[in-house]
Amino acid sequence: MGKTLFDKVWDAHVVDTLEDGLQVLYIDKHLIHEVTSPQAFEELRKRNISIARPDKIVATADHNTPTVDQHLPVKDELSRNQLNQLAENCKLNNIPLFGLGHENNGIVHVIAPELGITQPGMTMVCGDSHTSTHGAFGTIAFGIGTSQVAQVFASQCLLLQKPKKLRVNVNGKLKSGVLPKDVILYVISKLGTNSGTGYFCEYAGSVFEDMSMEGRMTVCNMSIEMGARGGMIAPDETTFEYIKGRDFAPKGEEFDQKVAYWKSLKTDADATFDQEYWFDAEDIQPMITYGTNPGMGIKITENIPELDDASFEKSLKYMNFRKGASLVNQPINYVFIGSCTNSRIEDFRVAATFVKGKQKATNVTAWLVPGSQRVAKQIKDEGLQSIFEEAGFQIRQPGCSACLAMNDDKIPEGEYCVSTSNRNFEGRQGQGSRTLLASPLVAAATAIEGKIVDITQN
Amino acid sequence: MEKFTTLESTAIPLPIENIDTDQIIPARFLKATNKAGFGDNVFRDWRFHKDGTANESFVLNDSTYSGSVLIAGNNFGCGSSREHAAWALVGYGFKVVISSFFADIFKGNALNNGLLPIQVSEGFLKELMNHIQSNPDAEVTVDLENQLLSTPVGDITFDINPYKKTCLINGYDDIDFLVSKLDKIRAFEALIN
Ligand code: SF4
Repeated sequence: MGKTLFDKVWDAHVVDTLEDGLQVLYIDKHLIHEVTSPQAFEELRKRNISIARPDKIVATADHNTPTVDQHLPVKDELSRNQLNQLAENCKLNNIPLFGLGHENNGIVHVIAPELGITQPGMTMVCGDSHTSTHGAFGTIAFGIGTSQVAQVFASQCLLLQKPKKLRVNVNGKLKSGVLPKDVILYVISKLGTNSGTGYFCEYAGSVFEDMSMEGRMTVCNMSIEMGARGGMIAPDETTFEYIKGRDFAPKGEEFDQKVAYWKSLKTDADATFDQEYWFDAEDIQPMITYGTNPGMGIKITENIPELDDASFEKSLKYMNFRKGASLVNQPINYVFIGSCTNSRIEDFRVAATFVKGKQKATNVTAWLVPGSQRVAKQIKDEGLQSIFEEAGFQIRQPGCSACLAMNDDKIPEGEYCVSTSNRNFEGRQGQGSRTLLASPLVAAATAIEGKIVDITQN
Repeated sequence: MEKFTTLESTAIPLPIENIDTDQIIPARFLKATNKAGFGDNVFRDWRFHKDGTANESFVLNDSTYSGSVLIAGNNFGCGSSREHAAWALVGYGFKVVISSFFADIFKGNALNNGLLPIQVSEGFLKELMNHIQSNPDAEVTVDLENQLLSTPVGDITFDINPYKKTCLINGYDDIDFLVSKLDKIRAFEALIN
């Protein structure tokens, strides 16, 4: 029987298989950040174990960092302490760190691909659930808890049960104005937030083949929001072209050899999946969420569903929305374009194209937070910065920012925020905040109009 | 890690679905660099109003219910991979969580911290939840060796990976195991390089 893309990469990394089926899986790259690593370093210190392969670890500061005045000492004492601890741990253990202000600094899932660290056929982990992003390259990439961070530190391996396999196929041509974010919000709205639990997902079909690498990252990023540990897309010419020439990518002959191997990373025609779904590109429209989990999404032109279910009602109550209502014309005071889902240059290009020559609505506070220093530089170099600034948007410095609101970038209680991030959980963007997930295009249009608009009418 | 063998306790019902780890421990409490103290902030924004006063309608503030077993709605622990959620539940005093479905990463994190997730059918969960809601003094018993959950609405066996079971019973974790495999891992590295 044939193998899937996932099988091929997984099986190539199995060090050992135990009697009850658990496997020791070798990890090629371990990404770390300040929030989920300190307790793992501490654990190793306590047991007097040294880090097995510091050369396979890359560190960045992103979750708990300010997005203004990054050149000044971090004001919040606890945050500063956490960042210092990361720097100290990296120094002690010879781990490369792209700290605050470094030209390679940014959100962990933005910098690793843009630096060429993420490559097809690898296994990658990080103490962060959106590690699934890197699956866009045909990489097995998934989030882990801090105990597992310590395990990888100690052994460069994890003890795991091989997940089941799921494939999501989307074929056809996307309508204009429909972005990769809409595709994944649509899929999750159809399948629900736990449909992927226990599975690793492969995205296949012409929609993903036609997508840019950045679009594929947006899709794979949200795999975890349907419960899947990770999502993957088979590497192709688009992938190789993207990687070529990046700082940490293989060069010259080595690159060609790698490409020859990467080309073999495709699901065989006779391989089977434990679960498979099919969707039509033509059915997808610009999406928005109305509830408190990412599966609660609708087309902007649709009305909120009418369900009799206690958890559903609790969610609508939190959002202060009514069953059966339309979201079009809903006033919005906050817009956030950022996060590891949508903070790459293409996201800002799309937003800038819409914003150019317009003014944001006076009621709106609009934050643009680039995913990395490099993206920030690109925004400037391509002239997008002046478009946004002239329209009244605030461009901040890179980091996770209002995606999880660990720093000062918080949405006030009761306020709505149209956000390009990935989670609309209660209080995710600040205590009492209400998040509506959408694409960068929908977010930009909301900022201009000060309310939700049906962009399909433009 | 603390050993887990058997437990007899009253239970706390939390009939909400899709409880994500942001609710279990909000991000603003993730600035610590050790594992202590998270229990104080478990379910923080459901337990307390913004002004810091207790939300009397939340079950953890209702003295009728107590115990080290949490009974929660479907898809418990989804969202962020933060292990702080497991630390917070353990820190508060929970030893067992019963639900009809657990998110992957949470389940692994729980097991790595001596917190036992027990998955039951949706029907059983509903019956148990209803019973405990109206009989707060009712007790449940967990016997890990025999994988047996005994409750007033019936006794059932539950699944757990045999290796993970041994770890819990003995208080071992995966680090001990993986370090014992280092020779094999080195040999594998030599092969792939
Ligand atoms: S941007 Fe948001 S989702 Fe992405 S890594 Fe940061 S906190 Fe996590």
